[in-house]
Amino acid sequence: MKILVLMKQTFDTETKISLDANGKIDEAGVNFVVNPYCEFAVEEALRIKERLGAGEVTVLSVGPERAETSIRQCLAMGADKGVLVNTGGLEGGDEFTTAQIVAKAIEKVEYDIILAGFQAVDDGSAQVAPRVAELLGIPQVTVITKLELEDGKAIATREIDDGVEIIEVALPAIFTAQQGLAEPRYPSMKGIMQAKKKPMERYSLADLGLDAGLVGTDGAKVKIVELSLPTPRKGGKIVEGEPAEAAQKVVQLLRSEAKVI
Amino acid sequence: MDFELTQEQEAMKRMVKQFTRLEIAPYAAEWDEKGEFSRATFNYMSELGLAGMSIPEEYGGTELDNLTIALVLEEIAQGCAATATYLAVHNMVAGVIHKFGTVEQKLKWLPVMGSGKKLGAFCLTEPNAGSDAAGIQTTARAEGDYYVINGSKIYITSGGEAEVYVVVVKTGGKKKSAAISTFIVEKGTPGFTFGKTERKMGLNASPNRELVFQDCRIPKENILGSPGQGFKIAMTALESGRINIGSIAVGLAQAALDTAVQYAKERRQFGRPIAGFQGIQFMMADMATDIEAARGLVQRAAFLLDRRKYARTMVAMAKKFATDAAMRITTDAVQIMGGCGYIKEYPVERYMRAAKVLQILEGTNQIQRLIIAKDLLGW
Repeated sequence: MKILVLMKQTFDTETKISLDANGKIDEAGVNFVVNPYCEFAVEEALRIKERLGAGEVTVLSVGPERAETSIRQCLAMGADKGVLVNTGGLEGGDEFTTAQIVAKAIEKVEYDIILAGFQAVDDGSAQVAPRVAELLGIPQVTVITKLELEDGKAIATREIDDGVEIIEVALPAIFTAQQGLAEPRYPSMKGIMQAKKKPMERYSLADLGLDAGLVGTDGAKVKIVELSLPTPRKGGKIVEGEPAEAAQKVVQLLRSEAKVI
Repeated sequence: MDFELTQEQEAMKRMVKQFTRLEIAPYAAEWDEKGEFSRATFNYMSELGLAGMSIPEEYGGTELDNLTIALVLEEIAQGCAATATYLAVHNMVAGVIHKFGTVEQKLKWLPVMGSGKKLGAFCLTEPNAGSDAAGIQTTARAEGDYYVINGSKIYITSGGEAEVYVVVVKTGGKKKSAAISTFIVEKGTPGFTFGKTERKMGLNASPNRELVFQDCRIPKENILGSPGQGFKIAMTALESGRINIGSIAVGLAQAALDTAVQYAKERRQFGRPIAGFQGIQFMMADMATDIEAARGLVQRAAFLLDRRKYARTMVAMAKKFATDAAMRITTDAVQIMGGCGYIKEYPVERYMRAAKVLQILEGTNQIQRLIIAKDLLGW
């Protein structure tokens, strides 16, 4: 079984985001990691391979050169092969253009099944994998917490409001991982050392026959006009005194100061 | 000259940092409180390859250099210095077996130590011999195909928990240091028992126990290196051991500083966070500078040792400076946090108790000064 995992490199969620002089996110001092939801997908891919006792796990990422460290991290966990589409210098892409790049790169890869994180923790759009499924013309099951494989088909459990949905689908198909699918392992020291020797294919946009203009600003359906940081929360106000008295005061303040009642 | 870590070193640091944050740090206070050695944690670390850092690949390890091991231990010590300490000792013991052992010994011990099935301990200190390592009194006498060991060892890290003991004993001979040999003794060998487990000020997740040898017969092939080579083996072990302790001190100090900085930003007195006062700022700036200086010294000593250069003096400086700095920094962290620093709700009192022993073990800091002075004076 050939398993392809789509992986995005994102900011460490503990990173404090700041904007540079041009109003863009300042990458200096930012820690980049494998998107946690993609980590669930990688772990599930490794477990499928281990269950079957055979197979190959390929991790594909679209991003600048630094994305290599995150692909190596997946290789250190046990994936077999990496594919990096280097988009360094590309500006203004969105989910629509990224999906086109991914779909084009997938032409270079053999697969029976594709796994991905259901969303990235940075922009949280949850769009790329579903778009890729559409472009490839294969089924998709999103936000899954369980995956069972049988001959040529898969049974996936996905989260819905107030419950779960169990879906049977023919392979090949794309599945996107929700927390709970598979708790990712730590890469071992040996895995880390082997990772650098594992094969890594690299493609530029030109290698894929893509026009940088059409998968960048010109092709994007969404244009980011401006980025701004959330306004810092102001300290709360503590009303002291006897409970009954304090409650009265709070109601008063809600009316006169906060003007919400 | 290049101070950049390799991509691999970065990846290892990242993994160990994450592992420490999730699997070690949350339990460290409880282990310390209960004096609990967590074998499950050692096993988990072994699964990830942390028990085989001094073991070559053909025996199932990853054989990292001293510098990389220092990076790993520094991360673990940020969560629990005691865990880092027994792990360091284990790797050091595997390291000397790799370095001085026969092929048969390596085949027998290294794979099981790397996989964590067997934990290692290093046994030098005795009631009457610590800093004066050559003054040990435990003896081994040859008797047919066996050596018979008599005597006792104290304060042995992982004593009782470990399965593989590298024991430094007197085998006789004219020169004091040449009369010393090293043996591998397995837990369960008749005549080898454990005495009391020490109750300590800190570092309680790593037990220290007395070992008693009473006509303990071990096969001759269990001698490590050649007869009379024991002192050299012990000194070699201590050299990497001192770098390990230095890096644990750096990790411990870093954890103390991080906790104090966060606290100082949140704790308000006189209408503002105490971090706003220069008195606190100066303390934190000195702490941070000392940590960087200690880290630099430890890494440089490791770098020299890895290149088989003469490193003894630099190693002594690194061990002394880093552990003295850790003592100052953990003490200052308690001071910055005031009452919160002193109580067990916060980790810094534990850091301070742990720091003290780092100035003592693997050669007291007074012994380190003697080594440095000896080199200065050419004696």
